[in-house]
Amino acid sequence: MITIKNLHANIEDKAILKGLNLEVKAGEVHAIMGPNGAGKSTLASILAGKEDYEITEGSVSFDGEDLLEMETEDRAREGLFLAFQYPVEIPGVSNINFLRTAINEKREHLGEDPISAKDFMALVREKSKLVELDAKLASRSVNEGFSGGEKKRNEIFQMAMLEPKLAILDETDSGLDIDALRIVANGVNTLKSDNNATIVITHYQRLLDYIVPDFVHVLYDGRIVKSGPKELALELEEKGYDWIKEELVEA
Amino acid sequence: MNNNLKFITGLTPTKLSVNTAAQKNASHVLDTTELPTTRTEAWKYTRVAKIGKIDFKNEASTVTSIDDKKVIDSPHTLVFVNGRFSKELSADTFPAGVSVKPLSTLDGISTQEEFEGDIFGALNLAYLNDGLHITIEKKAVVEEPIQVIHILKGEAQLSNFKVQIDAEDFSKATVVQGFFSDDASNSFVNYTSDIQVGVNTHFTIEKIQDEEAGNFHIGTDSVSQGKDSTFTINTITLNGSLVRNNLNIDVIGENCTTNLNCGYLLKEKQHVDNHTVVDHRVPNCNSNELYKGVMDENSTAVFNGKVFVRQDAQKINAFQSNRNVLLSDNATVNSKPELEIYADDVKCSHGSTTGQLDDDAIYYLRARGLSKSAAVQLLVSAFIAEVIAEVGNEDVKTYIYKRLNERFGWDINPEDFG
Repeated sequence: MITIKNLHANIEDKAILKGLNLEVKAGEVHAIMGPNGAGKSTLASILAGKEDYEITEGSVSFDGEDLLEMETEDRAREGLFLAFQYPVEIPGVSNINFLRTAINEKREHLGEDPISAKDFMALVREKSKLVELDAKLASRSVNEGFSGGEKKRNEIFQMAMLEPKLAILDETDSGLDIDALRIVANGVNTLKSDNNATIVITHYQRLLDYIVPDFVHVLYDGRIVKSGPKELALELEEKGYDWIKEELVEA
Repeated sequence: MNNNLKFITGLTPTKLSVNTAAQKNASHVLDTTELPTTRTEAWKYTRVAKIGKIDFKNEASTVTSIDDKKVIDSPHTLVFVNGRFSKELSADTFPAGVSVKPLSTLDGISTQEEFEGDIFGALNLAYLNDGLHITIEKKAVVEEPIQVIHILKGEAQLSNFKVQIDAEDFSKATVVQGFFSDDASNSFVNYTSDIQVGVNTHFTIEKIQDEEAGNFHIGTDSVSQGKDSTFTINTITLNGSLVRNNLNIDVIGENCTTNLNCGYLLKEKQHVDNHTVVDHRVPNCNSNELYKGVMDENSTAVFNGKVFVRQDAQKINAFQSNRNVLLSDNATVNSKPELEIYADDVKCSHGSTTGQLDDDAIYYLRARGLSKSAAVQLLVSAFIAEVIAEVGNEDVKTYIYKRLNERFGWDINPEDFG
């Protein structure tokens, strides 16, 4: 699905990613953990196409295409979805209208007909139920006046509407209470299939009790320094990141 | 007649029966005043020197049809070309309770007599071509709007045009004003109005300004509100090279509501200047002023809004807001909201913001699959929709959205924004 090779990236001449390698296949869930400042959100932003970063080396292949050459919107249309750590409030733009536009732009890109009003509304009903998002919230201005939990549920609602091939969840769990976390995780698990993949970026192991990863990676100082099965997350939870730093020094 | 204003020496003075005192005062102003410069406070950001360099004529002209020079389809449409009434293109029947007379048919035109140095007001009266007197009779409730169309036509024409409206007590009506041009360049419409809103009267103006680039529009609406009345004006400026709107509201009766909404959507080298004055002389009134602009390319917008709350005018709620979005690095806004409050028990606020579209919002929308232009269109539409939503007439809204599509390529679905 996605292959990241030796990725180096700078922001304002400061190196953030320093040779990151990662391969995610269809049907897999990967968790990326790591201390603050390791480059987790940078990785998410670069994959989604944020323009503030300079890629100095490496490559990213998404379904065989050169992802880094694609515009942000084309990445989304090809099936990449980023659930934002801080979803943006957009006053005056209704969630529903913007999602209809997004779905139709994607369909046009894939050479399909626009979705009918009836099908669209049925989809909204079905998918808002999935994340227990009040229908009223679905039609309000994008994220405006939403609580933290509502914003994150709205991200997963949008993900459910857009049915991406690859979903990247950027610290979707931070700030969520346990009920919201369950709802969000349930949404992600329901959407999971053999044909799509998920990258879960998180600070806390707790989320991984609900979204069980196939692989856990530790991102530290701009590189993946350790990978393992889901038990690695528990070890990190227990011991923190210092032992990994020590291992690196020894090596 | 005077040496200061060479640009009017080619004009024919008014033939209308304007009262002599006003005419004398107007002539005096024109004899003794020069065109304002940017050293004049009220014209600090708007240069009219260009007007002074044109040798204007005020010739009559005709148009054959108004098919593409109207805001709405209305059987109650009145048409003026270069300030003259066009009988052929105008309706002759009006809803019950409405009477309409071209000023040229009146034996005496009563109007303000003092100009306080207002050169364009004096010019309007001294060279008045024609205009309209509309009376909404007492207690008349007029559901269908009356449409007044002004068309500027030809090269270097100056049209002095006036609308007088007397909305009598307990009446309710809407006037749609459309300012257009037809093959005009270097032409100038100099417009004034006298609007009396009676006791407990609801009166609304929907004003569309859509003259071609290369022409000038200076207009002054003077409104006086009787007690318990509601006056609303929605102004949407879509085109025109230099547009200056003066809006002067005297709230002389208690318990009034005044709504001033305006949207200006500019590009190229357009320059639009809105000066508003709301004068609260008496207690227990509300005024709401919302001016929003979207500026692209090399356009400039000026906003100067004054709200006076006089000493005895307690319990006033006065709100004023000017918000602008710049789509280009070369667009400019000069915004000056002002409150002068002499009463002590009032609730007033004013604010002004100017900025660019939120980059984070554009990125967020693109990350969901919207193209950059679709994201910009969505954000701009959401921004300006707040003003357009105030337009009461659906057909007027349709016209606005149609023109935004033609001028900016924004294909806005009005239902998305209310």
